[in-house]
Amino acid sequence: MYQILKQIAKTGIVTETSPAPDEALRTSAQRLGEVILKHFGRALAIRHVDAGSCNGCELEIHAMNSPFYNPEQLGIKFVASPRHADLLLVTGPVSRNMETALRRTWEATPDPKLVVAIGDCGCTGGIFGESYASCGRVSNVIPVDVAVPGCPPTPAAILQGILTAIDPGRR
Amino acid sequence: MKLKDLPIEVEPLAGAMPAFRASVPTSGLRELCAQARARKARLVALWGSDETRRGAGYALHLALALPSGLLWVSLPLARKDPRYPGIADIYPAANRMQRACADLLGICPDGADTRKWLRHGAWPGDAFPLRKDFDSSARFPQQADRYPFVTVAGEGVHEIPVGPVHAGTIEPGHFRFSIVGEKILRLEERLGYKHKGIEKRFESMTLEEGAKLAGRISGDSTVAYAWAYAMAAESATGTEPPRRALALRGILLELERIANHLGDLGYLANDVALSFGFFQFSRLKEKLLRTNARLFGHRYLMDAIVPGGVARDLARAGAEDLVAHLDAMRHEVVTLQSIYDEHAGAQDRFIMTGQVLPELAERMGLNGFAGRASGVKHDLRVDYPIPPYQQLDPVLISHTRGDVAARVLVRFEEVFESMRLIRALVQDLPPGEIRSAMRGPTSAGGVGWIEGWRGEVLIALETDAGRIHRAHAHDPSWENWPLLEHAVHGNIVPDFPLINKSFNLSYSGQDL
Repeated sequence: MYQILKQIAKTGIVTETSPAPDEALRTSAQRLGEVILKHFGRALAIRHVDAGSCNGCELEIHAMNSPFYNPEQLGIKFVASPRHADLLLVTGPVSRNMETALRRTWEATPDPKLVVAIGDCGCTGGIFGESYASCGRVSNVIPVDVAVPGCPPTPAAILQGILTAIDPGRR
Repeated sequence: MKLKDLPIEVEPLAGAMPAFRASVPTSGLRELCAQARARKARLVALWGSDETRRGAGYALHLALALPSGLLWVSLPLARKDPRYPGIADIYPAANRMQRACADLLGICPDGADTRKWLRHGAWPGDAFPLRKDFDSSARFPQQADRYPFVTVAGEGVHEIPVGPVHAGTIEPGHFRFSIVGEKILRLEERLGYKHKGIEKRFESMTLEEGAKLAGRISGDSTVAYAWAYAMAAESATGTEPPRRALALRGILLELERIANHLGDLGYLANDVALSFGFFQFSRLKEKLLRTNARLFGHRYLMDAIVPGGVARDLARAGAEDLVAHLDAMRHEVVTLQSIYDEHAGAQDRFIMTGQVLPELAERMGLNGFAGRASGVKHDLRVDYPIPPYQQLDPVLISHTRGDVAARVLVRFEEVFESMRLIRALVQDLPPGEIRSAMRGPTSAGGVGWIEGWRGEVLIALETDAGRIHRAHAHDPSWENWPLLEHAVHGNIVPDFPLINKSFNLSYSGQDL
């Protein structure tokens, strides 16, 4: 126990300042009203769905949950079921083998809900594009509020995308 | 030339890695496999190709690991009704590869499991995406997707279906548990959810273009794939990368190994409620990723390895920065390892959980660090020491208990060994160029075979006048996934995430 406490004390707090929302990431006029977003503000539950990524974006979502970024300090947490979620964080080009599962997950998420597409593949289909096996970008399958480019986007960029989705913005 | 280990005629392939090609008639397949198995040769991969545009039929390909090197065997198959005798009874790991081959090319094994594997409902059973006459942009309506899981019957037995969308931030796949109380009687995996047509995509690309795609087959192994691809492209064209580039590739590969082991060591603690370990290791991993970005321009080192060499040099100051970073980190990992070792709660969950015994591991072909934790003593860096590993004498780290604790221990030791290798590579970095010009377009074959952090990554490449005719990418997860089904036997359901994480297999790499 002493070693654990010593290591914790030595480490200190490494959390950095969170990024500000970025209007440029918004894909369309936000579907949710300002009032609702105000309520999401400090208690956002996220369900991640990997719809066919190379797993690179997952690594950065993991990294975003490291103490450096600490999204829980902003009231943002990841939940185990879409039924508990306010926002879906979707990675990958949507593989055709995941198309139904993604659509069902979206349907299982209670309204009002937000969708943030992560990575170049989520934004455009990326290097995999559209084919017999890939539906391409996430918005080809479900409506997307914010899309964060990058291969993979950095943890700060992902967090910024999430914060943009819940920011009422300049409506 | 004649091969030392097997009585067949082979052609050596260009490149530093000892690799050979042979053509064998289909009638000789089972005999060859039986002989190879008797000589302790391992099956690395099995795949198929369409040769109809080259005036032939189809072909089945096998990669076997022999003491003298990698043997790539090709067997010609008929244009009409291409069939071959199945080999899953000789090499159990061939089962899913044979089924994938049937889904993608319509090449069918006789006397074998005929269930589909990569095909779900995205294309009909009579369409074969890797055939040359298949239009890659074709879109079929979703088909009904029926898959016959094995059901376990008996009093009190019930099923838990999990996935494809999982509770954590992980890749999609389906696990069907049959349980009694908390105890797992059987686990059956169904994968293929991430199949996004990678191999078909390769076939529209030039050799140079393919490198970027290879680096995105499995994001956590981007260095291993990029290197295997570059090695295959260099072997096919007879290009020799400069020595400095090879040393830099070694540094990149070991950095990838360290980063992945650090991340998983954190998650393993998280799964046994030691969140302290999770936060400490995710902090160390993040710091390493930032160093990667600073020195090589990308946190996961994507696109750092290119055919012919590497994309970016490491300056003297950067090299010193790297060594200083690793020295500081080594210190912290030593402290954390002693905390893990002495934590009764964590060890209680790690020890004897998810055990794969050496005999089973050897028979089923468990590879990579998981194989080494189960007494399978193979590591390509040790077995075939080619530059840059030749002078470094890498240590093979192994264990025999094959449980979560053994895999944790092997990961810790591999982190330290990789740090030692990087330090040695940095100190002895050869001067000179970092990239050779790729030699002219050829129509030839080449292989790349790399010990990634998870296990052996193979790329087998065939070109037609500089364009890719067929690129097969093989992830070590193909062989290791079936062992996870065995590892969970008799364990309790709540230990599944822990056992799964201790292997951390790739979905994307096997779904292609």
